Amino acid sequence: MQDAHQPDWPSDVFEVLLAQRVRQVCYLPDAGHARLIALCHASAEMRPIVLTTEEEGIAVLLGGWLGGDRGVLLMQSSGVGNCVNMLGLARTMRYPLLMLVTMRGDFGESNPWQLPMGQATGTVLQAMGSIVFSADRPAEVGRVVEAAAGMAFSGNQAVAVLLRQRLIGAKRFEAAR
Amino acid sequence: MNEERFHRRELVAEVLAGADDRLLVVAGLGQSAWDVTAAGDRSLNLPLWGAMGGTLSVGLGLALARPERRVLVITGDGDMLMGVGSLATVAAQRPSNLAILVLDNERFGETGNQATHTAPVQAPKEERGAGTDLALMARGAGIADSDTVHGPKGMERLRHDLLKGEGPVFRVAKVLVEPLPLVLPPRDGAHLKERFRQALLGEA
Repeated sequence: MQDAHQPDWPSDVFEVLLAQRVRQVCYLPDAGHARLIALCHASAEMRPIVLTTEEEGIAVLLGGWLGGDRGVLLMQSSGVGNCVNMLGLARTMRYPLLMLVTMRGDFGESNPWQLPMGQATGTVLQAMGSIVFSADRPAEVGRVVEAAAGMAFSGNQAVAVLLRQRLIGAKRFEAAR
Repeated sequence: MNEERFHRRELVAEVLAGADDRLLVVAGLGQSAWDVTAAGDRSLNLPLWGAMGGTLSVGLGLALARPERRVLVITGDGDMLMGVGSLATVAAQRPSNLAILVLDNERFGETGNQATHTAPVQAPKEERGAGTDLALMARGAGIADSDTVHGPKGMERLRHDLLKGEGPVFRVAKVLVEPLPLVLPPRDGAHLKERFRQALLGEA
């Protein structure tokens, strides 16, 4: 639910990506990314690329960078686990890899199957050489993504922003009665 | 059977003969990277030394970024099997400038020539595969122009399809299992990336 008093953080992220001239938007959907994905699809400046597994995005963005395109990878925290070996590509080749990760298995998670990867997400990213930032208040998201994008594109770095469950809300699972 | 198969070095050399700066080549780890390098190391080749399963995806990102160039991905059956989902991702994007050549020797060539899934079912136990048909999988993924080429007779047509055909084009070339000298490209990934961007974009 959009609260009139809350900053519209997906729009803030979209504006940052536009300002950073991001073109290739690789994604596996997550509820937390739904609005941003819709904004990217509606943009003439961006090329949304739906993936079958998140690690594809890391390789696509290398190809994009080789050809002069900037990109971003949108995924859920479970997808970070699918990327581990491929994250080595970013470290070896040293190209900008901006990752926006919506968290599961985090604050208030009600599906215990999400907990192992959710709790390991930041550690896994750091172990593979990524810089990791976190955002858990709507008002700070745009600023954090802007900082991350700047470091990725000007420094040829892998940089991840974890969009915490405190920010996006924990998904509720309630059985029908 | 063997006489219907390509020698991979000759095949790659013929496909890449006379390549100019309109052709961008991404090569999968292992023998495909050595084959491409044996045909002549060039700045507009990106030979991978790792990232198994990601070769086609690198080619896709490149093809989308540079629609005015031809992008040719050359890789092996093991790499393609690991990244098989990327066939559907390519199909969804429909890059008309992307061609894929899978050099299918039905073996994991860098690790002792163990049979891959593309090896035939009818074979001695250690050489047995599943008869997996990568061209059929590519067609099933949505790449309509997908085919398998069995022998050197189809060479001229194969070269034309890879370099000029309306993409995405997917071709499996059945190749011999043969011991070949290693012809190694530079190892440093950051160097390979910078020289590629310098040659293509005039910037590092």
